[in-house]
Amino acid sequence: MATSSVSKGCFVFKPSAKKKKTLSLEDYFSDGCEGAENSEVRFKLCQDLWDKIKTETEILQDELNRNILDSLLDFTKKCSSARQHSDWASQMRASEIPTAALVLGVNVPDHDMTFQSLFELLQQSVTPHVASVQAKECGALKHLMKRVLERLMGAVVSVDDEEQAEETAEQTIAQLHKSAHCSLSTLCDWYSTRTRKSSTGTPGKKRSSPAKDDQQEPPIVVIFKDFEAFNASVLQDFILICSRYVDRLPLLFIFGIATSPSTIQHMLPHSVSSLLCIELFQSLSCTQHLATVIDKLILTPWLPFKLNSKVMLVLLSIFLYHDFSVRNFIKGVQLALIEHFHTQPLSVLCCNKEESLLNVMQLNHHNLERIRQLASFKGYLEKQEPKEQAKLLQDNTHLKDVCQRLIKDLHKYHKNYYPILRCLHTLTSALPRYPLGKQIRELHLICLEKDVWENEDYQSAMKLLKMLAKDELVTLLQRCADILQPIKSKKMKKAHVQLEELLTKFKQLDTAAGETAQSEGESIISPVKTLQKKTDLFQLQKTLLEMNESRRAKKLSPFEVLRNETLEWIDSLVRNHLSPPESQTLNEVCYYSSSATVRRHLNATPRMSIQAALSSPYYYLQNENLKTEDGSVSNAAPDICIAYKLHLECGRLINLFDWLEAYATVVSAAEGNGPESENFGKVDEVKHARFIQAVSELEFLGFIKSTKQKTDHVARLTWGGC
Amino acid sequence: MTALEVKFVGDGDVLEHIVDKQEGVKSSGGSVQKMVTFKSAREDAEGADGDESEVFNEQNYIQALGTDNTEASELARTPGKSASLSKTPNIEPSTPTRRGCKSGTSCFKKVQFASTTPHRLRKRIMNPSLHSDSDSELSPSDSGEEDEDGMEDEQKVKIEVKENPKTPRTPSKGLSAALYKTPAKKSKNTPEPLSQPSMVEEYFEAHGSSKVLTSDRTLERLHNPKLDRETIVRLLEGKTWCYSKEIQQLHGKHRKHFSKWMLQLQLGFSVLVYGLGSKKALLEDFRVSHLAEEIHLVVNGFFPSITLKSILNALTCEVLEHEGSFRTPSDQIQFISQTLKDSPDLHVYLIIHNIDGPMLRAEKTQSALGQLASLHNLHLVASLDHINAPLVWDQFKQSQFNWLWWECVTFQHYAEETSYENSLLVQQTGALALSSLTHVLRSLTPNARGIFKLLVKFQLENKDNPSYTGLSFQDFYQRCREAFLVNSDLTLRTQLTEFRDHKLIRTRKGADGVEYLIVAVNASTLMDFLDNEEGE
Repeated sequence: MATSSVSKGCFVFKPSAKKKKTLSLEDYFSDGCEGAENSEVRFKLCQDLWDKIKTETEILQDELNRNILDSLLDFTKKCSSARQHSDWASQMRASEIPTAALVLGVNVPDHDMTFQSLFELLQQSVTPHVASVQAKECGALKHLMKRVLERLMGAVVSVDDEEQAEETAEQTIAQLHKSAHCSLSTLCDWYSTRTRKSSTGTPGKKRSSPAKDDQQEPPIVVIFKDFEAFNASVLQDFILICSRYVDRLPLLFIFGIATSPSTIQHMLPHSVSSLLCIELFQSLSCTQHLATVIDKLILTPWLPFKLNSKVMLVLLSIFLYHDFSVRNFIKGVQLALIEHFHTQPLSVLCCNKEESLLNVMQLNHHNLERIRQLASFKGYLEKQEPKEQAKLLQDNTHLKDVCQRLIKDLHKYHKNYYPILRCLHTLTSALPRYPLGKQIRELHLICLEKDVWENEDYQSAMKLLKMLAKDELVTLLQRCADILQPIKSKKMKKAHVQLEELLTKFKQLDTAAGETAQSEGESIISPVKTLQKKTDLFQLQKTLLEMNESRRAKKLSPFEVLRNETLEWIDSLVRNHLSPPESQTLNEVCYYSSSATVRRHLNATPRMSIQAALSSPYYYLQNENLKTEDGSVSNAAPDICIAYKLHLECGRLINLFDWLEAYATVVSAAEGNGPESENFGKVDEVKHARFIQAVSELEFLGFIKSTKQKTDHVARLTWGGC
Repeated sequence: MTALEVKFVGDGDVLEHIVDKQEGVKSSGGSVQKMVTFKSAREDAEGADGDESEVFNEQNYIQALGTDNTEASELARTPGKSASLSKTPNIEPSTPTRRGCKSGTSCFKKVQFASTTPHRLRKRIMNPSLHSDSDSELSPSDSGEEDEDGMEDEQKVKIEVKENPKTPRTPSKGLSAALYKTPAKKSKNTPEPLSQPSMVEEYFEAHGSSKVLTSDRTLERLHNPKLDRETIVRLLEGKTWCYSKEIQQLHGKHRKHFSKWMLQLQLGFSVLVYGLGSKKALLEDFRVSHLAEEIHLVVNGFFPSITLKSILNALTCEVLEHEGSFRTPSDQIQFISQTLKDSPDLHVYLIIHNIDGPMLRAEKTQSALGQLASLHNLHLVASLDHINAPLVWDQFKQSQFNWLWWECVTFQHYAEETSYENSLLVQQTGALALSSLTHVLRSLTPNARGIFKLLVKFQLENKDNPSYTGLSFQDFYQRCREAFLVNSDLTLRTQLTEFRDHKLIRTRKGADGVEYLIVAVNASTLMDFLDNEEGE
């Protein structure tokens, strides 16, 4: 092979530029995907959707971060302006370095995006001097200093276009590279030349706008991205040094904290932290972030691509049990998206309504056949008249017409599903013990899985709703009405009107309430009166029963009647619109369902896979010789499997000789030598060599390691598992 | 046969001892033992050689297994001994276990544990045929006993089942079905659902005491205990591998995903292949078929002297054609990322065989690779083999890498990955040490060679002396003088410094302050060395 050598580990291959022709993304997409004939369209759709998702999430991210970033910006502005005032308090403050502790949560993968937008915002609106450092590039104070100076002064080169400035900046950079010692005094000099120049260089501007005064001494912001990972002493020293220069340099720190603010106290002793004037900023929690992303991305009809319940569950559990990272969640959605368009030829219909209606007309015979094969379409077919059935199966044009209708239905379903889902969530999320979940995604999962109204929790939720007091119910309904109002679909408009009617009825109740209460009171009293007469036990029982019944029947106040009516109406809405997507014809077009693929690619278990391959090779090598009945290993299995199986029987240490003998026995049995044959179980050279190979492979995989505890022994490293 | 008798009586003693102690099990244990006694007598009567005696012991063991008293397994340990020393009285090795039995029940587990050497299996595998012809009445009793056995010794039950498909056992729901379930569910469906707790217990049993009992036999027993690299390669070369057809099929199956890999790579994912078997050939195939017209870099992570620096240098010098050096790796990475950002049309593909290789495991290396992988136009394909490899990445690195995992079980041999000298576990041939010895020696003066040989010879004379600490300097000087190799201790010291610089010898201060000299190479290599030298 060209890439194996005993003296080299890296091999570079550079093709000659002439014959270089690179395949585009699209070619790779169409190569090997199902139904290649419309792959171009699908690829385009996929790209468009992904771009949409990406921009949407970025916008979301920005919106979510806006609050915290705004307050941070205010903080930095305040700090920089405070320096210019000369009142007593700010003088006191002047010796401290203003510091923002930004608590971001444990979802470290997401932090980068936050810092990126923070960095940009600061550069745009507060100061050009921003440097952000990571712990891993600052092992020692020297490095930290160098990074900070490099980024602060290097940024000038790229930002400033004036020749003069460029020259000086380049000079300083050159100096930087020459001198091993970068110190803050160089930064001081640089800063003072810069500020002086800008004040002298743009005198006109200065006069015209006094607000620009702030700009004269823009603060120097240093962002420590992962505060916890920094070496404590490095940080302490850096802060101590910086505090010496605070009167000459308007420094400002931002700490990115993943755990809790108390880490500052852990890492910095009082003598150091007293030099900082720390203000705390709490970012949005990652679960809230996810909730918004799901709300805007998944629970909307505008995105035609959908995840079915299992895929959704996989992605959510990766989020909740592994990383809390919204970025990884989006990555999962991206993977599902690509897989869907790659493997499902009918995904050509997975786009907005007008386009998909057009695409239906473009479908060729193959794809129409595929539609006929869809499970949901078969279900639909069975419900049709026999005549219609035949027509659907044979007439392509008719099928196209029907498909157009079905696609329209599917879009309608989505349009109605989400508002009703939100309404139901509004109603149930406030109930005690959250029978249908606190978060809307839980309710969504339940609805995706099966008919929600069959669910016990749903029924108990309905019972609880029937016990709601009037004002609570009215506020909830009012919120539902708000949800329904902007929806344009016909059914939702109708539902909104009905809801408004109900709400007015509730209001009217107030006026009528007085009269009904009186009459009701009378009716209850009368049976109690009869009780006061002497009766026998049977009579008593009978009257009690009657009373009970009459109470049940009669106690229905007009409010209760109305409440029941309302809830029945809601129930009917749920039954009409929240049926699971599997019940919809042609749902396969939009719903991605292969949860196993997503899980295997995102949350793989390599050890499981290796152990499975070792203990049941038949699963991978479909050879009859390997077939065993009870999960044991056949003696004809590959060497490594046999060695592995034998090693499972051993203790902490394994005697190599015994192992080798056992191995030789198994292998000779596999070769067909009976126990009576002469060299049964004898270790010949080939077996020995094969054994050595198997053992070194096991060592390579990490199952055993060599040990010096005893001669010719190895230590076993794994326990349990398969 | 006398040996057998002695041992048998001894075992009986032990059993009585147990019966006294564990009254609960004595009836069943006793009966089984009797049966075995009877049976063994019969077999003895049939007239047998050493092999037969092993069989007897094995039957004995299997029976005793069922009795659920752990001493029985001690018997199982003995056949291993008798197999090799069948004709000699074998009392001595069994004494430690007997002492163990007396000291209380807590040690029984240890004994039982010690019994589980693979050696047993050899016996049992020999067994089935014997089961069938000599003792048909035994197998039902076998299985009957196993039912009682239960959870206590799941592992053994499992082994028993292997021979005895009739025995009732929780049927494993085919692993294939379990493979694609979520991890939590998976544990329920693994082939040995019951084994988990006992496995855990087993772990603590194994690690509870510092002493581990295994047989004392060593590879020296083989008539050719050491095979060197070339021999192994030669021996394995000629063999056609079984299942090569299936392996080829697997390869073909994975090949189909290549263009999908390319798609995913270009979309910013990194591809990570895992699964049993060397994936070098697969990735090589991918490289040749899909990357032939792209700039790419192949890194052998299993290469014993691969460093981050060499990878980065390959990137900067050869790929980006940058002259000059960098002070730190992070500078270099920054340069790479800047250059790649500036030329978005330049796509570099990086293939790392075994990203979990021993030299790449360091946190710094992985985070550097992660930084590279997060670059938009650097695409990373890597393979991974060590079972604990994913532990090298935290969440942050994982998101930098942006992995998409691909299960690629190839069942190909890790021939190249394990081919480097220090990865060979069993047969440290010392060929490398030998050749370096000869090379260094050749560059020295004849006198120096003589001095070194003198030391080697002395060490070889003392190789069986466990308390040998080395040759004292004074002694050595005396000997060298006698052989007319040096004339003053200063010359000897100069020579020794030379040896020390080449790491040929080590010096150690003894308790009395005298310097002792040792050649830091093992005895067999030294022997080979002397042979070579004399041959020339």
